[in-house]
Amino acid sequence: MKVNIFVTLKNGVLDPQGRAIHHALDGLGFTGVNDVRSGRLIEMDVDDDIGDNALDSMCRKLLANMVIENYRIEKVK
Amino acid sequence: MKSAVITFPGSNCDRDMADAIEKIAGKKPQRVWHGDSQLPDGLDFIAVPGGFSYGDYLRSGAMAARSPIMQAVVHAAERGIAILGVCNGFQILTESQLLPGALMRNAGIDFVCREVPLIVENDRSYFTEGYKKGERILVPVAHHDGNYFADNETLDRLEGEGRVAFRYAEHVNGSSRDIAGILNAKGNVLGMMPHPERHIEKLHGGEDGARLFRSVAQTLLEKTS
Repeated sequence: MKVNIFVTLKNGVLDPQGRAIHHALDGLGFTGVNDVRSGRLIEMDVDDDIGDNALDSMCRKLLANMVIENYRIEKVK
Repeated sequence: MKSAVITFPGSNCDRDMADAIEKIAGKKPQRVWHGDSQLPDGLDFIAVPGGFSYGDYLRSGAMAARSPIMQAVVHAAERGIAILGVCNGFQILTESQLLPGALMRNAGIDFVCREVPLIVENDRSYFTEGYKKGERILVPVAHHDGNYFADNETLDRLEGEGRVAFRYAEHVNGSSRDIAGILNAKGNVLGMMPHPERHIEKLHGGEDGARLFRSVAQTLLEKTS
C-alpha cells in the first residue's frame, strides 16, 4: 500500500521558507499570490496490514514534530 | 569530573567541545559514538555538541534524537546528570523532549555566523553559576535553525520558573522572546544555540564561554566532594 504523509506547520507558526518562496514568486512577476506555506511530503510503501494506529504512531514519534507541525495521512489506492 | 562528549555522523563541534572540557576541567572527556547504547559508568557531565547530525535530514536533530545513545542520555537526564546541548545539541535535546519547544529555520532565512551579545538570565544552575544575572556576555553563534519556538503557555512557564538561561541582547534569528538557551525543570539540562566552547581563550576573541565550563566543573566538584 502506498501512503502519503503530509507534514505542515501549524497555523500561527511562522514559516520563513514559505515567506521566502512567496517573495521569490513576487520577484518573478507572479501576482495574486496571497500566502505561501511550505511543508513536507513523505511517500511510503507499507504492508497492507499496517493499521491506522501504527501510521499515526510513526507520525507522532518521528515524521512530524508535534510542537510545530501537523500531519495528514493519505492512503493511495 | 567524569565527562563524555557524544559524536553523531555529521557532528563537527565534538572535538572543540572535548578540548574545551579538557582545558577547563583538566580531564579528558570520554568520546561516545551515536550507535553505542550505553554511556560510560559514573558520568557527571555529558555534552551533546554542534554540527549537522545525520545531515539535518527530516528536521535538525530529529534522527539523532532517535539514535541508540540518546535513549541512554534521556535516562541519564532523569537521574540528574548534568547535560549540555549546544547548537545541533540543543536541537537534539528538544527533539528528544528533554527540553520543551522546537528550533526552526531562522526568521531571516540566512545562516547566522557571528559573535552575539547575550544577557545572562539565570545564574543559579550548574552551568551558569559563574555568571551574574543581567550580565552581558559575548558568545559566537553559527546556525541556520536557531529560531526558538514554543507556545505562549510554555514560554510563560519557562520565564516564571527562571528556566531561560540566556537571552540574545539583540534580534538574531527570530527566537520567541529572544531566547538563546533554556533549562529543564530540574535544572540539570541546558540547551543553547550559542557556542561557549568557541570562546575559551583569548585567541578565540573572548573567554566568556570558558566560564560556563568552569561553572560546571566547580559545581559538580562541590557536589561530589
